[in-house]
Amino acid sequence: MLIIGERINGMFNDIKRAIQERDPAPVQEWARRQEQAGARALDINVGPAVEDKVGAMKWLVEVVQEVSDLTLCLDTTNIKAIEEGLKLCKKPAIINSTSADREKIEKLFPLAVEYGASLIGLTMNKNGIPKDADTRLALAMELVAAADEFGLPMEDLYIDPLILPANVAQDHAPEVLKTLYQVKLLANPAPKTVLGISNVSQNCQDRSLLNRTFLAMAMACGLDAAIVDACDEELMATAAAAEVLRNRTVYCDSFVKVFKSQ
Amino acid sequence: MPLQLLKEKNRAAVQKVTLGATKEEGGTRTHTITIGGDAALPFHHFEGEIPHRPVVAMEVQDIEPDWPDALKKCFVDVMKEPGRWAEKCVKEYGADLIYLKLDGADPEGANRSVEDCVAAVKEVLQAVGVPLIVVGCGDAEKDKEVLEAVAEAAAGENLLLGNAEQDNYKSLTAACLVHKHNIIARSPLDINICKQLNILITEMNMPPNRIVIDPSIGSLGYGIEYAYSIMERTRLGALQGDKMLSMPVLCTVGYEAWRTKEAVAPVSDFPGWGDTEERGILWEAVTATALLQAGAHLLLMRHPKAVALVKENIEKLMVSNAY
Repeated sequence: MLIIGERINGMFNDIKRAIQERDPAPVQEWARRQEQAGARALDINVGPAVEDKVGAMKWLVEVVQEVSDLTLCLDTTNIKAIEEGLKLCKKPAIINSTSADREKIEKLFPLAVEYGASLIGLTMNKNGIPKDADTRLALAMELVAAADEFGLPMEDLYIDPLILPANVAQDHAPEVLKTLYQVKLLANPAPKTVLGISNVSQNCQDRSLLNRTFLAMAMACGLDAAIVDACDEELMATAAAAEVLRNRTVYCDSFVKVFKSQ
Repeated sequence: MPLQLLKEKNRAAVQKVTLGATKEEGGTRTHTITIGGDAALPFHHFEGEIPHRPVVAMEVQDIEPDWPDALKKCFVDVMKEPGRWAEKCVKEYGADLIYLKLDGADPEGANRSVEDCVAAVKEVLQAVGVPLIVVGCGDAEKDKEVLEAVAEAAAGENLLLGNAEQDNYKSLTAACLVHKHNIIARSPLDINICKQLNILITEMNMPPNRIVIDPSIGSLGYGIEYAYSIMERTRLGALQGDKMLSMPVLCTVGYEAWRTKEAVAPVSDFPGWGDTEERGILWEAVTATALLQAGAHLLLMRHPKAVALVKENIEKLMVSNAY
């Protein structure tokens, strides 16, 4: 189970300010804290407010790599920013993300192949996020076909079936779970799956409870990676337990500790 | 469209553990031996590198053991002298390493002193140049004293010392850390305890590349399939990146094989079973070769003819089948 820490994101005020002032301290502090908490990759998102997205991405990649060797997950819709970020990454990164729109596919799949990066493919297109599992799967299939077409190894493709907040679109969660399970049947070897977990609880009460419960449910459906609040200890313990219970790792008495340290 | 052969891609490999130390490294061994490093399932050369062949250590004891005749006759002239016994194993029988079992320390048995045990270790170190494995008698109290003394007396030799167990690992781990030896982590045919013990030992700051797993085995006909599946699961874990299952594995083949009825029963009791000695040799050899397929890196064996058969098998298995 790949835990991707969500915290280095310009949506958060401390990171937004750090980017504006080019102050590495808060960014590096979150890199360290998330790594210590058990994240094995770090999402890097410049946020919506920054104008120079390319410059901000390059700066973030550099300052994070000064303190962490973790895989970086470059999270922006700006393709130029992704490419400039990829050039600076010391190890293969994860591109977050492409939609299932043809013009995006044609740019981002070759980019992933060129830089040996993994690629997150969202099951959405210009029509938005589908309501049901079948439409999500149809879009996932287009992404799987694109991996074949452009020569991206299937295990480097992460399908994100996109979860919406429980207080807005409650009916989506079961469809997402169904999609997660069925994505694995689209190809052999199968693509991987990923979710931005915290989205399920946007503007809800008891966010941590919703997040970790949904994470466990998604893991039961085969989820391979999750962008999460890695500093949420209960969520990380839940992930550790789910990893044992779905038989992906051998049980031992220190299973929580081991999950966070490996 | 050409046929594309799918190969397993493994994320990680088994740890490499190096045993022994030469003069330049602070010891007195003529050479070191490295085990592990496998990046694939056993002998799947086509899926990943298998840099080091499995090795065979022959068992020597500090007092003359009560072994079956078929075994004793191979060592009859040397069994009272661990040094000469070890020398014979290396020179005549081609042992890669020596496995010295200090059974004489047992308070219920010969109850030899700590000094005598240390002397036996030194005698073997003097007599042979191969790396050495030293294991206590199994009595926790006595082993603590004996193994601490051995660790100190052989500081620099980079021994493999055992056994650490879940309820009793701290003093041996500490001794191995202080005097720079490797440690055997022994679990009772239980993969969960195997993993937990590795965690406990590494939490004392022992690097994972100085631990060798003894999963406990059963011989052919006596639960070998349990050992097989645990070793297989261990290897799969290692290849998937589970660091706490990624240590090389040793198997106490000689001990387990030679205590079976099939290995020692006289022909007079079972006329249909054939010659006793040949039967014993094959029981040991087949136990060893099966466990090689399960992922054994270090086989602890007894009969020279079984050793020869197994080494021949290892040579064949190490011929690359990569495509």
